[in-house]
Amino acid sequence: MSTDINKEDTQTQQESIRQVVEAMGEYPGAADASDPQLFCEARPKVEKPFRGVFEKFLNWARANSLWVLGFGTGCGAIELRPLMTSRFDASRFGVAGRPTPRQSSVFIIGGYASVKTLKRIVRSYEQMQNPKFVIALGSCTINGGMYWDSYNTINRIDQYIPVDVYITGCMPRPEAILAGFVKLQELIKAGRGEKANEYAEHFDWYKANQKKVIKDWDMPDYNW
Amino acid sequence: MNTSYQYSYTNIEELLEILVEKGFIAPATEQQHATVIGRRQVQSSDLAFVTVAPEAARHLILDLRDRFGFTHLVLLTAVDYIEEGKFLLTYLLHNYELHHDIGVQVPIGREAAEAGASMESIHDLWAQAGTYQRELKEMFGIDFPGSPRVDEPFILEGWDEVPPMRREFDTKQYSETTYFPRPGRSTNDPADYMRQKLYPKE
Ligand code: SF4
Repeated sequence: MSTDINKEDTQTQQESIRQVVEAMGEYPGAADASDPQLFCEARPKVEKPFRGVFEKFLNWARANSLWVLGFGTGCGAIELRPLMTSRFDASRFGVAGRPTPRQSSVFIIGGYASVKTLKRIVRSYEQMQNPKFVIALGSCTINGGMYWDSYNTINRIDQYIPVDVYITGCMPRPEAILAGFVKLQELIKAGRGEKANEYAEHFDWYKANQKKVIKDWDMPDYNW
Repeated sequence: MNTSYQYSYTNIEELLEILVEKGFIAPATEQQHATVIGRRQVQSSDLAFVTVAPEAARHLILDLRDRFGFTHLVLLTAVDYIEEGKFLLTYLLHNYELHHDIGVQVPIGREAAEAGASMESIHDLWAQAGTYQRELKEMFGIDFPGSPRVDEPFILEGWDEVPPMRREFDTKQYSETTYFPRPGRSTNDPADYMRQKLYPKE
């Protein structure tokens, strides 16, 4: 196979994308199949949990495979690295890092978030697949922390995306983060890790808040 | 002793003397405020500041670079002297042979209406100055005509307020009205705390 990309190759690629899109049938965002959109503009839907033992089993599985998105915002992200070392060994809780939102189920907001970062946070959060959970790390995510009066950092992350577990501290030590993971596992096993549905339910409220601070809104309303 | 440049000098006082002698900067004034043109201040044996007029700044900086060996632009920053209606730009230059620093300070007007808040660009002397100038444009609203990408957003995307580093911008108020402050925030100011501990009756 030749590696140089020429116009024909690109056309073939576009053609195959188009075929895939057509095959998917109800591709929600595309106006027509000749103009394949790579984003979805449809609103997120509430996904009702199953009932009974099956949901319990699913929750047990979810709680024991928390895959963390490798996106560090703020200083607190520096405390995530030692988690993977032998001293703290987060893998014994089923915690592992993932390089892409598509594969992750836990988003750790590692501290202060500037408006510029918030835009990327929203985008990454929406790209994560359900079920997804958010851990907010440090006082900056709770009430703004030491940046509470800054013109460029938001005060409360829970106004923009739903949060499952807060971990206080400036910054929290790895032990605290492990405790946070254990708490999150408890919540999930008890069937209370349904914040992604909350996001879908109060979608308009979250969007309004996001758009209030992200002034150059140049992305679709929902991008999964 | 640096020898590879046109003017050689050994200590920072001598450098300032040469600058005055050759007419690069005005003789020292009595006034000591940083925004007064002609002010000179030797802070230590390897650090001095001079204040020059905006028209003279580029010439002086170029000469310091090419004739005195200050080949490195350490930083370019601004201070807002709102009471005097001035910004004070500081170009900090470094000499690698003698490890001396000199700060060239340039007062410019604050308001664009009074033909201020604008300065000649030095991106052609040091390419990285373009980035500093872009930042100054965004944070202070100081224009550098001709500087590359100076009008593009640098950190703040879609900012539509007063540039945030200007002192008339109230960052606390902006944060309170924009970012949903969490109620019930209390402060434990160490000074208050110690006062209560030490002088509980007052
Ligand atoms: S809470 Fe403290 S450590 Fe965490 S991001 Fe804020 S300032 Fe940094």
